[in-house]
Amino acid sequence: MDLHTLTMAQAQDLLSRGEICSVELTQALLDRIDLYDDRIGAFITVDKSCALAQAKAADERIAKGDNAPFTGIPIALKDLLCTKGIKTTCGSKILGDFVPQYDATVVAKLKKDNAVVLGKTNLDEFGMGSSTENSAFKITRNPWSEDHVPGGSSGGSAAAVAAQFCCGALGTDTGGSIRQPASHCGVVGLKPTYGRVSRFGLVSYASSLDQIGPITRDVRDAAMMMNLICSHDPKDSTSAGVQVPDFTKALKENQSLEGMKAGIPREYLEVEGIDPGVRSIFEQARKVLENLGVEIVEISLPHTQYAVAAYYILAPCEASSNLARFDGVRYGARDSDSQDLLEMYKKTRSQGFGPEVQRRIIIGTYALSAGYYDAYYGRASQVRTLITKDFSKAFDQCDFILSPVAPTPAFKIGENTKDPLTMYLSDIFTLSANMAGIPGLCVPAGFSPKGLPVGIQMMAKRFDEMSLLRAGFGFERALDLKTSFPVL
Amino acid sequence: MELEPVIGLEVHAQLKTKTKIFCNCSTQFGRSPNENTCPVCTGMPGVLPVLNFQAVTFAIKAALATGCKIARESRFDRKNYFYPDLPKGYQISQYAAPIAEHGHLDIETQKNGAKTIGITRIHMEEDAGKLIHDPVRARSMVDLNRTGVPLIEIVSEPDIRTAEEAGAYLRKLHTLLKYIDVCDGNMEEGSFRCDANISLRPRGQEKFGTRTELKNLNSFKNVEKAIRYEIDRQAYVLEEGKSIIQETRLWDPNKNKTASMRGKEDAHDYRYFPDPDLPPLIVDETWIQSVAKLMPELPDQKMVRFIEQFQLSVYDATVLTSNLDLADYFEETIKGLSDIKQAANWTMTTLLGMLNAKGLNITQSPVTATAFSTLLKLIEKKAINAKTAKNVFEQMVSSCKTPETIVKENGLEQVSDHSQLEELVDKIILENPDEAAAYRGGKTKLFSFFMGQVMKNTRGKADPKIVTPLIKSKL
Ligand SMILES: [Zn+2]
Repeated sequence: MDLHTLTMAQAQDLLSRGEICSVELTQALLDRIDLYDDRIGAFITVDKSCALAQAKAADERIAKGDNAPFTGIPIALKDLLCTKGIKTTCGSKILGDFVPQYDATVVAKLKKDNAVVLGKTNLDEFGMGSSTENSAFKITRNPWSEDHVPGGSSGGSAAAVAAQFCCGALGTDTGGSIRQPASHCGVVGLKPTYGRVSRFGLVSYASSLDQIGPITRDVRDAAMMMNLICSHDPKDSTSAGVQVPDFTKALKENQSLEGMKAGIPREYLEVEGIDPGVRSIFEQARKVLENLGVEIVEISLPHTQYAVAAYYILAPCEASSNLARFDGVRYGARDSDSQDLLEMYKKTRSQGFGPEVQRRIIIGTYALSAGYYDAYYGRASQVRTLITKDFSKAFDQCDFILSPVAPTPAFKIGENTKDPLTMYLSDIFTLSANMAGIPGLCVPAGFSPKGLPVGIQMMAKRFDEMSLLRAGFGFERALDLKTSFPVL
Repeated sequence: MELEPVIGLEVHAQLKTKTKIFCNCSTQFGRSPNENTCPVCTGMPGVLPVLNFQAVTFAIKAALATGCKIARESRFDRKNYFYPDLPKGYQISQYAAPIAEHGHLDIETQKNGAKTIGITRIHMEEDAGKLIHDPVRARSMVDLNRTGVPLIEIVSEPDIRTAEEAGAYLRKLHTLLKYIDVCDGNMEEGSFRCDANISLRPRGQEKFGTRTELKNLNSFKNVEKAIRYEIDRQAYVLEEGKSIIQETRLWDPNKNKTASMRGKEDAHDYRYFPDPDLPPLIVDETWIQSVAKLMPELPDQKMVRFIEQFQLSVYDATVLTSNLDLADYFEETIKGLSDIKQAANWTMTTLLGMLNAKGLNITQSPVTATAFSTLLKLIEKKAINAKTAKNVFEQMVSSCKTPETIVKENGLEQVSDHSQLEELVDKIILENPDEAAAYRGGKTKLFSFFMGQVMKNTRGKADPKIVTPLIKSKL
């Protein structure tokens, strides 16, 4: 048996029946990482001995018969999530050798189940980017085509799942950072409703937009992961006190999607620069859904054209403040040659942050400055309200919104690095969900003529991940992509 | 041209919560550096603030006590600036939407009488840490124990006109916050801090002059001194025909003067914006009502009651209600007493005199209210006279014995037996014929000589109310 091909659900089944043990599964994945990750660059940190110790503990628990759903399942974590005792870099030099004294709430939940943490995956520094090229440590290559980017900012997690280095992974999504790399790597990615998952221990980029979510091989695994990570957390004042359903109940074999309505936003199809390959895969997906009984309706999200501009004000504003704590005083890197405080701040931060992070800190600082606040932060907040209203109106007409994830398949490494604006525009289909706080799911939908994976996105109203999982599962089963994993 | 000072005060009061405003760390003062810290208050990556609702309850109490309107929805903002005592690089504070606004405080000064000072707003915020400079090794160290301690900032309207009024306002506010038990008021430990905004304008002019902000005013006395100095300084500058520079000035209590700390051009742009980690703070009517139920009698209410219930003078009532512990002590003392005026005098002169001399506050008094009350009862029952009582009080302070024990051990019971005293008076007149003759001849000042003799013979225990008419009639 090729252990690395197992989904989380399959691994859970085999582990609980004692047909495999966690140590052998973990070892198989570690071997694969050893073999291929030099080329892919999905991981920043792999802690083999820690992973194997966790696997051993999981096996002991299974032997006692009190295993939890994730006991013994090897997972990878985006390196923006704090892990007690394991270096957490955020893809930045400024954190130096920072080792948190605490686990992110989602990590604590994994550990409580005795899941196995294989390592920490690469990302755009602090989650700022769409290609994982903004990592201070390495670039990550797309497992489907190694001269292409995996997307970002959770590129390491998406690449690790696609390359079968782990059973599943956690990413974070501020403007598309789970869904876009999932699309580029041909895996499933779900950004939950804002407030569904505790942000405690997620190093904040833009607090009002950030959300942790699963990156998995299939929709079932995403539902399974959602069951673990969603809950109210007293340590996060923005986490929602709503009932968490059993998400796997959304998954029924051979179920018809009869009665569901999918809205396609007119404005999304008018976006310039949508790749013909992406367009045809989208059309195909629409037909698949229609065949499943989904009624397609045209809807309107009239403020779409302002979304990118507003997002790239709000997110940098919050980032400029969130990243102020990286000042060289208490932890992380510090310039030691400085003669005074101001010089220390300047040098530490200029040397510690990469160019994209500095760009966003400067944009945010500028936009929040006295005299500019109303024109930038104020107006961008108004746009955000309008976009939120657009969505709530749209959901009067449909159960979920269907759209592409990104205008193009993965681009070549280095292709867009000199042009941040093009990079920003590529977030057009995903960042509105963050602005409105609604959930968005990316499901693989096909391959471009060059053989690069392309996903579709489904978005639902707040706290209605069930509809997404139901439609996504039905779509995934109906499409039945045979070549769902790359050959390394 | 006569100049009129315009003064507004900003008070930072530390709320008496056990834990910090956004984490569970202790707020206890005097711990070793950085002992009261955790990942949240040291600004570690990925951690989040969670509001301490006890702090909100205290802020509501302060708002109710100052007649403020409480906002149903208020908000926390981030005040962004870099400094090593500010671990997150921003302070969480209520800037655009404070918890309470439009209150007032009634003050009284000798010169200007009664006056109402408006309160613009009360908002909640977290305190910053502390830098400790090591002169030997030329380095600075950071102590984050104070970081995240809950504060309320109480901002007055620019209604204050004199240093005396500023002092009265601060004392009143200080008393009030201690009364409602939301702030311990300890100025040395920084639990109650004050900044003052001062400007001058020609009397009659409506427009304010250019103001300066005074910092480091860490005692009532310093506030008044600093304001007086600053008024004089500004008046001098204006009279010279120069203009006031808008700046922050630091009061130097050793040199008794203010000096420029930073000018307007160095003022920070704090880039305030709503803290996305904290949802809006909703305070509903139920919450306000439940806090209102916990409100104790406020100083002004208590003072009025003391005047009405105990027939005390305004002055006595003001002194006795000036702090809650003293008022409680007094009310405990007068249980079962009939001469309240006498009890008030004893409390204000003898008891407070002793405490002042020893540098103690009322809660540290070596004489309990019960013992003090017993002593006063002995006077009322004429078991001892006032002079003996002073003596007994002194022994109570030093020995902690009950007044009865002291009286009994020293045989100090007052001699009130009429025939016994009459015999004694007769004897003294007989033994001092010259003085008796002189008295009868008009030297009535000699009355005290005879009284002295009686007291000497009774070792001070004779009841003067009986002895006085006796001496007068016998002579
Ligand atoms: Zn703390």
